[in-house]
Amino acid sequence: MISHKGQTWEFHNPPVLISAATVVGPDEGQGPLANDFDLIHQDNTLKQKSWEKAEKALMEDAADLAIKKSGMQKDNINFFVGGDLMNQIISSSFAARTLSIPYLGVFGACSTSMESLAISSLMVGTGAAKYVLSGTCSHNCTVEKQFRYPTEYGSQKPPTAQYTVTGAGASVVAAKGEGPVVTSATIGKVIDMGITDPFNMGAAMAPAAADTIVAHFRDMKRSPDYYDLIVTGDLASVGFKIVNELLKEQGMPIPSRLFNDCGLMIYDIEKQGVQAGGSGCGCSAVVTYGHLLKRIEKGEIRRLLVVATGALLSPLSYQQGESIPCIAHAVAIERQEGA
Amino acid sequence: MASNKKTTTLSQQKYQELAKKNEPKRPVVANCIRAFIVGGFICIIGQGLMMFFEKVFGFTKETASNPTVAVLILISVILTSMGVYDKIAQWSGAGTAVPVTGFANSMCSAAIEHRSEGLVLGTASNMFKLAGSVIVFGVVTAFLVGIFTLIFGGGAH
Repeated sequence: MISHKGQTWEFHNPPVLISAATVVGPDEGQGPLANDFDLIHQDNTLKQKSWEKAEKALMEDAADLAIKKSGMQKDNINFFVGGDLMNQIISSSFAARTLSIPYLGVFGACSTSMESLAISSLMVGTGAAKYVLSGTCSHNCTVEKQFRYPTEYGSQKPPTAQYTVTGAGASVVAAKGEGPVVTSATIGKVIDMGITDPFNMGAAMAPAAADTIVAHFRDMKRSPDYYDLIVTGDLASVGFKIVNELLKEQGMPIPSRLFNDCGLMIYDIEKQGVQAGGSGCGCSAVVTYGHLLKRIEKGEIRRLLVVATGALLSPLSYQQGESIPCIAHAVAIERQEGA
Repeated sequence: MASNKKTTTLSQQKYQELAKKNEPKRPVVANCIRAFIVGGFICIIGQGLMMFFEKVFGFTKETASNPTVAVLILISVILTSMGVYDKIAQWSGAGTAVPVTGFANSMCSAAIEHRSEGLVLGTASNMFKLAGSVIVFGVVTAFLVGIFTLIFGGGAH
């Protein structure tokens, strides 16, 4: 059964994350979470002919690995819910062509990781599916090429810029089984505070993250300390500082021991030259499916809230001077009782 | 519409102030020093090359600039293709952007990036993606200066 409170779905028979897999590129493989990823590519072309093909290959690898780890066959998976940052979400759609699993393409920019997981959980929770694969991917070079400049172009990035994660994360959601469970999901509103600088995504997305976090606690009648850890998707150093201020302003401060950001966790910010931190669909996906689920498995965290943030701009919209609308979706993942 | 200053709401304005406050500043002084060092270094190489062409190949002061620029462009293209130029540029900022090497890098990087879309629709049509605006404004400025010179009869020639 699923009840809805405000903008939140509460799963009373919570869907189970029976498996998850992550595939990353060389930079992520040199970061502090390297040991938590299933596959690290040393070459960011993945031996493909284009960056776009490489991104698709990341998604395919992660999907294959997640299905394999779940102990099932492709045919047993009812649906695949996925999306990415490319125009017309080609990486996910082309990966779905290879997978030949009935497919729903979704777009929430970098919030796609939790958007796809929330939709997958809803499908499983309602009995519309038994097994759903959800996943997302991003590639540093495809994003640079589409949204910014050619990858080899020598322009100096400001300290507010973020480094797009090369990586894909996928999970298999099932009605029953072993693994962490999805207990609730809060669907975010599109928030636009008028930020126009595409090199300052953290500041653009922070209000959306704060709005969804406040909505989640209001709907679930919870306080932040219900969770052992709350992570935002890819606010990085600039956005994370702002979201803390916004939450304080709104009377819902989150103690720093409970609060972190995937964009700050994935890289060694000082050493790796990534400006403010990581970003991209792959950022929250690989940190959640790789690092955080392992911590739940080990029992270090019992209750986790992932608030994936996305900037819904297009290369055209910011050139036309439009501000950057943003969204955040939150999913609560908990250790199964008795586990 | 929200980008239009006149239509921003009060809460948007308040937020933008907050965002501004939290925005780490670009290290302008350090950038200037780095740009001076790297830009100057590129110019020293250029000067060295020019003297080399004058002394060894007997070019005149005027004609030596052509092979000099060609060599600098070649070096820039090689560094771009090796994936090094953008890393130097992140450190040196305008130092690598302003000299002719920056122009070569903008063309070369776009050409490489769009090779996957084919030689015609990819490389050829995207090569001037970044450099195109420099050429357009360069030509327009030259045209205006030319007209100005014609009317007011300036210049030493």
